[in-house]
Amino acid sequence: MLYDIGLKIEHGYASPAEGARTLAHLLPRTIWGQQTLITGVLEADPWPDERIDRTDFFANAVTEFAWRAPVDSLVLSLQARVERIAQPQTLDFSPELGGLACELAQLRDIGPESPHHFRGASPRLALSPAMTAFARECLTPGITAQQAVLAIGRRLHDEMKFDSDATEVDTPPEEAFRLRHGVCQDFSHILIACLRGIGVPAGYVSGFLRTLPPPGRERLAGADAMHAWVRAWVGVDGGWLEFDPTNDLLVGTDHVVVAYGRDYSDVAPDRGVLRTWGKQAIDQAVDVIPVETAAA
Amino acid sequence: MDEIARPLPASRATQRILRDYRPRPGVPDELLDAEGRMRPVWTDFLDHLAEQTPEAMRERFNRGDLYLRDAGVYFRRYSADATGERDWPLSHIPVILHADEWEEISEGLIQRAELLESVVADLYGAQSLIADGHLPPEIIADNPEWLRPMVGVRPASGHFLHFLAFEIGRSPDGSWFVLGDRTQAPSGAGFALENRMATSRVFPEAFATARVSRLAGFFRAFREGLDELRDEAAADGRIPGNSRPAILTPGPSNDTYFEHTYIARYLGLMLLEGEDLVVVKGQVMVRTVSGLKPVSVLWRRLDASYADPLELQESSRIGTPGLVSALREGSVSMVNALGAGVLETRALLAFLPRIAPALTGEPLKLPNIATWWCGQAKERAHVVANAERMMIGQALSTAMPFSVEAEMALGGRFADAADDRDIAAWIEAKGAGLVGQEAVTLSTTPVWQDDGLVPRPMTVRVFAARTPQGWQIMPGGYARIGRKGDATALAMQQGGSVADVWIAHDEPVPQDTLMKPRGASLREAPSVLPSRAADNLFWLGRYVERCESTIRLLRAWHLRLEETGGRAAPQISGLAAHLKFLGIDPARRVPAALFDQISAAETCAGKVRDRFSVDAWWALRDLATTAQSLGGKTVQGDDSARAMGLLLRRITGFAGLVHENMYRFAGWRFLSLGRALERADNLAHLLAVFTDETAPDGSWDLLVELGDSVMTHRRRYRIDTTRDTVVDLMALDANNPRSVLFQVAAMRDHAERLPNARVSGKMEPLGRDLLRIETDLTVGDPEEWTAERFWELRGDLSTVAGHLAAKYLG
Repeated sequence: MLYDIGLKIEHGYASPAEGARTLAHLLPRTIWGQQTLITGVLEADPWPDERIDRTDFFANAVTEFAWRAPVDSLVLSLQARVERIAQPQTLDFSPELGGLACELAQLRDIGPESPHHFRGASPRLALSPAMTAFARECLTPGITAQQAVLAIGRRLHDEMKFDSDATEVDTPPEEAFRLRHGVCQDFSHILIACLRGIGVPAGYVSGFLRTLPPPGRERLAGADAMHAWVRAWVGVDGGWLEFDPTNDLLVGTDHVVVAYGRDYSDVAPDRGVLRTWGKQAIDQAVDVIPVETAAA
Repeated sequence: MDEIARPLPASRATQRILRDYRPRPGVPDELLDAEGRMRPVWTDFLDHLAEQTPEAMRERFNRGDLYLRDAGVYFRRYSADATGERDWPLSHIPVILHADEWEEISEGLIQRAELLESVVADLYGAQSLIADGHLPPEIIADNPEWLRPMVGVRPASGHFLHFLAFEIGRSPDGSWFVLGDRTQAPSGAGFALENRMATSRVFPEAFATARVSRLAGFFRAFREGLDELRDEAAADGRIPGNSRPAILTPGPSNDTYFEHTYIARYLGLMLLEGEDLVVVKGQVMVRTVSGLKPVSVLWRRLDASYADPLELQESSRIGTPGLVSALREGSVSMVNALGAGVLETRALLAFLPRIAPALTGEPLKLPNIATWWCGQAKERAHVVANAERMMIGQALSTAMPFSVEAEMALGGRFADAADDRDIAAWIEAKGAGLVGQEAVTLSTTPVWQDDGLVPRPMTVRVFAARTPQGWQIMPGGYARIGRKGDATALAMQQGGSVADVWIAHDEPVPQDTLMKPRGASLREAPSVLPSRAADNLFWLGRYVERCESTIRLLRAWHLRLEETGGRAAPQISGLAAHLKFLGIDPARRVPAALFDQISAAETCAGKVRDRFSVDAWWALRDLATTAQSLGGKTVQGDDSARAMGLLLRRITGFAGLVHENMYRFAGWRFLSLGRALERADNLAHLLAVFTDETAPDGSWDLLVELGDSVMTHRRRYRIDTTRDTVVDLMALDANNPRSVLFQVAAMRDHAERLPNARVSGKMEPLGRDLLRIETDLTVGDPEEWTAERFWELRGDLSTVAGHLAAKYLG
């Protein structure tokens, strides 16, 4: 599946913002065998005085922009073409949930792909007894790690209400969980905390959803802005499994991965620091359009 | 160490001070050996002590305390305490150790410093310690001090560690062991110096004859190390070679801020906060009154996670956005590297004994406190079985074993007495999150109490610096002394006092000072003035002047009240209206508004404490404490007028110290500009109000009094006050320091001497506007200067303040 992705993030400042510096996680990843970034252009307006393109610890593409003169507004825009490669359905290779710890103990590695980074609390996400208890209630004897992810994800999806007005970008996950309300970020954070609570390493994925569904299917929730979902490590053989709790489905070709992290703080689309006062406004527009290919 | 055994001296005097000195059985003691004989290294000192009368001792201790007070040594505690600053708790009796023993300690600690460097380089590099099974991955992957943005970043200096501290103690068998490593931003070296200064004042004779190692050489070598880092950075041509190394401090609210200011002054380093820095194209620059200046060496005293809100803790308000990027560029050397704090992790102590032979080929020369990580089944079982002899706490904590923390078990029960959970079940459940550490016994050392010595437990903080000649250990350090006799490390939790540590030699030791041996009286590279410091100095000047004018207004009000004996007189109502306009309620002797102004001045001063003398600081404190003691009592008239007179003398004390003693560098100019601007504005305000046609009778005399110009007026005019004489004297007279013109002229002079006062030979707006105002005042006649013009003048002065802020203080 080939997509053309267009994204525009606009910040407006009531009074000029000084010393603006921003870290953008916006360029989609290339993931061997799953996703290829064919072209990608990320630009900032006004033209930045400094720009550094590099990768971060988790091998995500990051761009650092800095402006020396005060700015009234900042616009980041992305144009990218990405290919998503359909994955064959495979069997569940994951061990029984109880066997995961043993497999983890054998992994002497803290490289970017290591599940060890995704086990404990992370900057935006504490382990929560309430969420751990919720996760335990979904388990049955002998359940595999993969089944556990799906079971908890489904129950979360059933109980939580998608509501873009209920939470803000910095609403604590505990609060969203208590209210059973939230957006994709809350769904993902809560599922991650649930999974870590029962010993399944889990991380945060930021990315895009195709804007309009294929004919005959419903439009997915969260397609009008950047989306987020979860990846869970289900054993040496099972590897990383991506699951979208907002839509209760395993991630397929409708999703495009931008960045992997422990929680939102690792992959925030644009994390900025500046000095200003008064009101700030932010606006985000996303288009993910399938490209008509000759074969199609 | 071989010691010649010697029985306790029989002298009655020594017996007197040792009458309560009974170390507990099985507890090693610094003064007495296992057989109760005095260690030879103490005998001279103890003889000296014994010669003193109790009165003389008290006198000596006072001398030390006075020194500390005068030097402004304090430490800040995060507490509900009103002032937050405490007296420095010096135990006046030093800990004395023999040089041979210290030599062994030093060797062990240098080995440890090198080991820690290899470990941290591996954790941010190849990570082979994890791949090879020497360290469990979760200790690092879950560790908030292991900073992912720093992984793969090679330090510009080639080293992660440059300045370390170790907390060491003596075990019952007499050998030394390490309780914890400080690698993040070790504090205490400056306090060690101050302890030394104070203790050598308490015992000048004993110190002079005791053949004690001096500390200055250590600091000089460290400073040379910093200069070397700077020169290396300059060698590739990107950074000017004359930039000064700087201390990066979290600011005045930090508990060791005093030490930062002290050591910055002592070593001639810039003292910078995160907001002083800006990163431009990968280079760290200081915002100064002369524009952006590069800095290439930062001695970091703030915790790494706060250093850069962009890539580290996003909520940090004390960091510098882009700092991590600059480190990636290799343009700045950080002492110590961001991320080095991971080495303080308690659980690491469980693995270092095995890592040492693996990385360096030799075992630890100095063991560390026995530690078991509960993430391993065998170790966990050991901790469960021996919980009664352990301190069990958080595995990833970086606190010292004797710090009280949440969820800790001591001697088999939770530190929180209300917590009655089962310890074994807790350990099993938390597993990898916990470590057990041996509940060690420490040695005791003498402390003066009730005219004699008593033994108290202690640990010693030792400092290590990377210098051009390799690692050096400070010969001395500071000892922490427990409050109670109990010699377990737990006893240190209650807090207590600190003491100097003397390393005594058999032979005389050379004198040493911080002065470089070059001999030539070379001047240091010019210090730059950060814009933030300039801003604080400017506002300090303004607030001090504002206090003074408030005090004068209050004094005048109380005097009038006393004279008229009532409220009916018109000049009182005029004054009262003016006070009301300024938000000052004279009903209380020291109105809230005045307290606010004093505390605003103190706050500004506290932020630039490294920039003016301790005396000036104390003068300001005196003003505050005097105002406190006068309090908010409601007493009107003469008594209050006298109280205001007292405050006025305090404030002129500060002004005098600044004027007489402060070096005429740019900082002094900003302080002076603040005072001059405030005074000019205040005078303009008074003139606008009290020379108005509607001003009540007596206003002119009041004005002359408020302007402290009564005598001058009498001499200059020999007639009663008229509007013209008052305006002439207080606005247009270039020789009266209490005139607007005088202050404006002073401001123009200062402005002219500030950096970049002219651009391409042309005056900047600041200088131009001041010159215009000065000219208007110089050529003006009193009758032209109507009340309305004084109001306009206030507007012009406000524009001047805006120019100043825009050019220098932003």
